[in-house]
Amino acid sequence: MFARGLKRKSAEDAEDADGGGAGVPAAPSYTLQRQSLLDMSLVKLQLCHMLVEPNLCRSVLIANTVRQIQEEMTQDGTWRVVAPQAAGRAPLDRLVSTEILCRSGREQEGEGDGPLPDPAPGQAPRRPQSSPWGLDGSREGRGGFQKSLDHIFETLENKTPGSVEELFSDVDSSYYDLDAVLTGMVGGTPSGPGLPAFAPAAAAPPSSTCRSDLGELEHAVEILVET
Amino acid sequence: MELKTTRADIISTVEFNHTGELLATGDKGGRVVIFQREQESKNQVHRRGEYNVYSTFQSHEPEFDYLKSLEIEEKINKIRWLPQQNAAYFLLSTNDKTVKLWKVSERDKRPEGYNLKDEEGRLRDPATITTLRVPVLRPMDLMVEATPRRVFANAHTYHINSISVNSDYETYMSADDLRINLWNFEITNQSFNIVDIKPANMEELTEVITAAEFHPHHCNTFVYSSSKGTIRLCDMRASALCDRHTKFFEEPEDPSNRSFFSEIISSISDVKFSHSGRYIMTRDYLTVKVWDLNMENRPIETYQVHDYLRSKLCSLYENDCIFDKFECVWNGSDSVIMTGSYNNFFRMFDRNTKRDVTLEASRENSKPRAILKPRKVCVGGKRRKDEISVDSLDFSKKILHTAWHPSENIIAVAATNNLYIFQDKVN
Repeated sequence: MFARGLKRKSAEDAEDADGGGAGVPAAPSYTLQRQSLLDMSLVKLQLCHMLVEPNLCRSVLIANTVRQIQEEMTQDGTWRVVAPQAAGRAPLDRLVSTEILCRSGREQEGEGDGPLPDPAPGQAPRRPQSSPWGLDGSREGRGGFQKSLDHIFETLENKTPGSVEELFSDVDSSYYDLDAVLTGMVGGTPSGPGLPAFAPAAAAPPSSTCRSDLGELEHAVEILVET
Repeated sequence: MELKTTRADIISTVEFNHTGELLATGDKGGRVVIFQREQESKNQVHRRGEYNVYSTFQSHEPEFDYLKSLEIEEKINKIRWLPQQNAAYFLLSTNDKTVKLWKVSERDKRPEGYNLKDEEGRLRDPATITTLRVPVLRPMDLMVEATPRRVFANAHTYHINSISVNSDYETYMSADDLRINLWNFEITNQSFNIVDIKPANMEELTEVITAAEFHPHHCNTFVYSSSKGTIRLCDMRASALCDRHTKFFEEPEDPSNRSFFSEIISSISDVKFSHSGRYIMTRDYLTVKVWDLNMENRPIETYQVHDYLRSKLCSLYENDCIFDKFECVWNGSDSVIMTGSYNNFFRMFDRNTKRDVTLEASRENSKPRAILKPRKVCVGGKRRKDEISVDSLDFSKKILHTAWHPSENIIAVAATNNLYIFQDKVN
């Protein structure tokens, strides 16, 4: 849980600013963070399948969150198969979003959880624009995803120990990349075909593009307005 | 000496009985502990009204569902007392799947002077008996025994979140995520299904039942809350299956506060009728709301429990705290409401004066008979001396369960595996 008295990071320095300073997320960052939230939610749904029967209320709430994100991504037009020319960009984005997930929970809570600057009232809600950020790390077509979501509830109903695999059995193989990647990160072994150099590269990008820790994610989510 | 705390001792429910004489707690290990209030005595005025352990028993055991290959936890989700009708006390306790009716009774006399048995209980040779006598009851040390009188099993596919005794004292209801069943106390092999929100196709499931309660006076009326922040009031006289509500309570969403977490934080974790039966109180993640039964489109009062968490929702989602289910309670006169928070804080709101207070249940900060000091959470900027900053809050110390004595200012607060009882020292 949140550790007591941890020194806060630079997010706190921006706390007293009027919100127009370092805390303002750029649009690509919002898309990445939304993707990260989506990934986190999907991992949570998988983790539901433990020895004790999963909490149905929690699963339903997470699944509804996933649907909301999916709907918004569909409206934005960001929900489509990654085109080949964007392959160079996509792995980096995926790197960022799953890197957040792979950091241990305790680590994440300790950092970047300072009080966030309130968004300036005049700030317009950031919506990802069409082309440059359209081809981000979204991995697959809509159909496969919807099916996997439906499977979640079917498997919740017919509980068998093997249902974790059933959950994504119909889904594009690219979905397994997320699993493989996460396993690879935790186990320290290289992951599946999509990202062979993932594990060693995890240490590599501490650059500003990966500054999107949860503090900024919260900020981005905070200013999200449904229109 | 450090007292070792094990997971089995985490308190999962707290409930006073109808007179306030008894206080029951259930824990994660399936145990029920009942406390009894000491009788007031002229000799020991300062010990007036303290609660001591009265009875302890194992209510539920862990089970294994072989069909689904899943464990069924023995954790006690709820305890509800029946009104006292004779010398014995009765309560309902439930885990995820099974409700049990327990009888708690005292024995302070035992028969002595049997003809066919001797004092140790061994049979006597009838040939040696030359006279007959009538056994007499002699006093013995008080013994409190708990016996299971009814077991109501196999009626819930999903996890039971609520039980509620009806005002007719003949029936009660049990609610799980998708269904609510009505039971007669005398009949264990049958229950009536009165609410069923399970969709034909489970893939279409988007909403679950989170809590349910009978009206305190009208035995045909009950309410249930949902994970989408709605409350439905149903009348059992309308139809056998109350899938169509009589009233539907929902507050319109505030568009300026909308986020991906809006639905999750609107999910209602507890619903309670006021003692008067005129209001219902609901608890969602950040607020407590009071609703007038005659106004469905919005609550009449909204109280912020810990609004400083609004900017932390993503972290709280990540560490699952956002799914914590806090309960809420009314005081006896319905003038004050209470609910728990994090860092072992709990909050009270006076509905009349509109004043509120934050108190802490912890051994470090309160000695017996000391007065509780109000606490304050500082949101940003300068932190005053006694304040605690949001980032220093301990989210593993959550007060989910509290109870208020039915007529006096005595409250019971469960902080993980410790029970705190606070009394108002007005006199």
